[in-house]
Amino acid sequence: METNKNEEKMEGADTKRRSFVKGLIGLPVLGAFAAGALAKYQSDQAAKRQILDELNVEPARPPATGPMAGDPIRVGIIGFGIRGEQLTRALGFATPQWKAGMKERAMKNPKDTRLKDFLEQENLNVKITAVCDAFEVRRELAQAAGTVDGQAPTIYQDYRKLLESPEVDAVVIGTPDHWHAPMSLAAIAAGKHVYVEKCMTHKVAETYALYDAVKNSAIKFQLGHQHRQTQSFLTARDIIEKNILGHISLIQTNTNRNDDNGAWQYHIHEKASPQTIDWENFLGNAPKIPFNKEHFFRWRKWWEYGTGLTGDLLTHDYDRVNCLLNMGIPDAVVCSGGVYTHRDGRTVPDVLQVVMEYEDYYRGGSQESGKEKGMTFIYSATLGNQFSRPTLLMGHDGTMELGAQLTVYPDARSTRYEEMLQDQLVSTTTPMYAYNPASKGVDGVTGATAKYFADKGLMWTYRDGKRVDSTFLHMREWLSAIRNDHGVSCGIEEGFEEAMSAHMSTIAYRTGKRVEWDRENRVIKNVTTEELEAIGIA
Amino acid sequence: MTNYTKGQEFFLVVLRLAIGWHFLYEGVVKLWNPNWSARGYLTDSAGPFKDLFYEMGSNPTVLSVVDTANVWGLILIGLGLLFGFMTRWAALGGIILLGFYFLSHPPLIDVKYALPSEGSYLFINKNLIELFALGVLMVFPSSQRWGLDGLLKRTYATA
Repeated sequence: METNKNEEKMEGADTKRRSFVKGLIGLPVLGAFAAGALAKYQSDQAAKRQILDELNVEPARPPATGPMAGDPIRVGIIGFGIRGEQLTRALGFATPQWKAGMKERAMKNPKDTRLKDFLEQENLNVKITAVCDAFEVRRELAQAAGTVDGQAPTIYQDYRKLLESPEVDAVVIGTPDHWHAPMSLAAIAAGKHVYVEKCMTHKVAETYALYDAVKNSAIKFQLGHQHRQTQSFLTARDIIEKNILGHISLIQTNTNRNDDNGAWQYHIHEKASPQTIDWENFLGNAPKIPFNKEHFFRWRKWWEYGTGLTGDLLTHDYDRVNCLLNMGIPDAVVCSGGVYTHRDGRTVPDVLQVVMEYEDYYRGGSQESGKEKGMTFIYSATLGNQFSRPTLLMGHDGTMELGAQLTVYPDARSTRYEEMLQDQLVSTTTPMYAYNPASKGVDGVTGATAKYFADKGLMWTYRDGKRVDSTFLHMREWLSAIRNDHGVSCGIEEGFEEAMSAHMSTIAYRTGKRVEWDRENRVIKNVTTEELEAIGIA
Repeated sequence: MTNYTKGQEFFLVVLRLAIGWHFLYEGVVKLWNPNWSARGYLTDSAGPFKDLFYEMGSNPTVLSVVDTANVWGLILIGLGLLFGFMTRWAALGGIILLGFYFLSHPPLIDVKYALPSEGSYLFINKNLIELFALGVLMVFPSSQRWGLDGLLKRTYATA
């Protein structure tokens, strides 16, 4: 820049001083900035602290699990379909095909970090010694996944033979629902530890039998509700315990899916035939019918093998809430729905509404005692629309939206937050508490059904800001329980409640009855054995 | 600065201080928030360069560099403009940062963003206007009289 020659000539002491002051124009402005910014910071912090002090939420520590040291635990894999393969990966074993496919996807799409996440997973010190599936192709895939340093697991066509093997300490069961209880019971009888997928059982009597078997045995039993490991749920539990929402009168949960995969229209393998599929071993206790590929691969669509929306997806939502509220089995259930979006011969509904009543539910509140008691849990599902409806826990003082993230809004008519609302410290349109364990993490979700599970906090969670597969953590907890003899977060008590609540919903749907539970005697009150037999769920 | 009228000089200095203030506050707010990250913004990118910005936002190593560079870039540019110190460089730095913001979220006809915008824009948005304003400050400097640039030069020359 050119300087002013005339000005330089005329420069006296006064001008010099003035020019010096002008040169320091930044100082007063910075002073004003600092004062303003500090005042703004302090005001924001004070408001935040006042809210947080009032709420006093402490993100809970993850459940403590022990070390994985010692001899490897020898695991048998029973069922290597879609979920069985996922469970095996959570243990640290993937098929060469999956690894190659994921490598290719990661090259095409850098945000697809599934292979990297898998390779970085902690070693659980597990050896897969045996695999079993009714389909030859899957047996071989499972064997390939479990092969390490040329040591291949033994293939079994019949799970009973696998359970006889002294080389197996524990089994992971990811089979059709109607096999969960028979296989778990046989495994417990053989002294094997059990990790079994939901729904825990397919029939009412099995639920009692499995409960007794686990209670009378020393084995470690874990039911596959992996969201119990999700950090946001552990925090949500603290929010419930501190009664931040006030008395909860209504809980809304949903399933919203609109794709073939989400409606269980799975791929039918080209090699499927009576020669490659052990049909008798698939049918088990289901009615004897001739070989049917569709029934084998899409078993979730029929009551004979699956448990429908109630056992398959309601159980996720039910257990997500039960792990917060411990509300247990409902006093009564009504249910309605139908096959409205996939009229392809399936017998399980694809649109379903379940209403569970908890007449005595009360965990304290902000209003006078005696005014509030009772709660309704609603599960609303459609497989024909995927508009994302949130899971909401609605209390007198606030509403919590529950998922991989948590948000809590004060209620406009809250008693507890009345003053804070008046002082405009909180507002009904802004969350007064938001919990996002991934605020610095990096996510990538592929596919609509994957997004459905991720939003619900069912796919992964965060430990120290790093993304972790929640199924891996759930498995780790089970393996640690076996090694270090501690409890698990989804054992037989939780499993009994989950299965019985799902069965009551199924019975309500299929009989049209309001199905009631006798808490004292732990039996379904108003349904006869004949009625249960008529719908194949006795 | 000789040839500026009083009005020209006033508005040039005020414009520089205002943009400096804005940059500084944007930087300081991010510095104060331990959970702040450009990830959400970058992965919401659209337009012709979205892949580049997506990569920046989804690679944790790159992201941590981007986050640090952004926060300190904003603060240093802000201080430079406020004090009139290395003002051309500060303005140039500001133009580069704003250029990145603009290119990551260009207000094109068929482009939609998840992050809400506080106004209505087509092709031109406030990032681009602030970028042009910094261009004006580069070609019409005001730090020789109103800033450390001039003060240091005079002190240095006298000494």
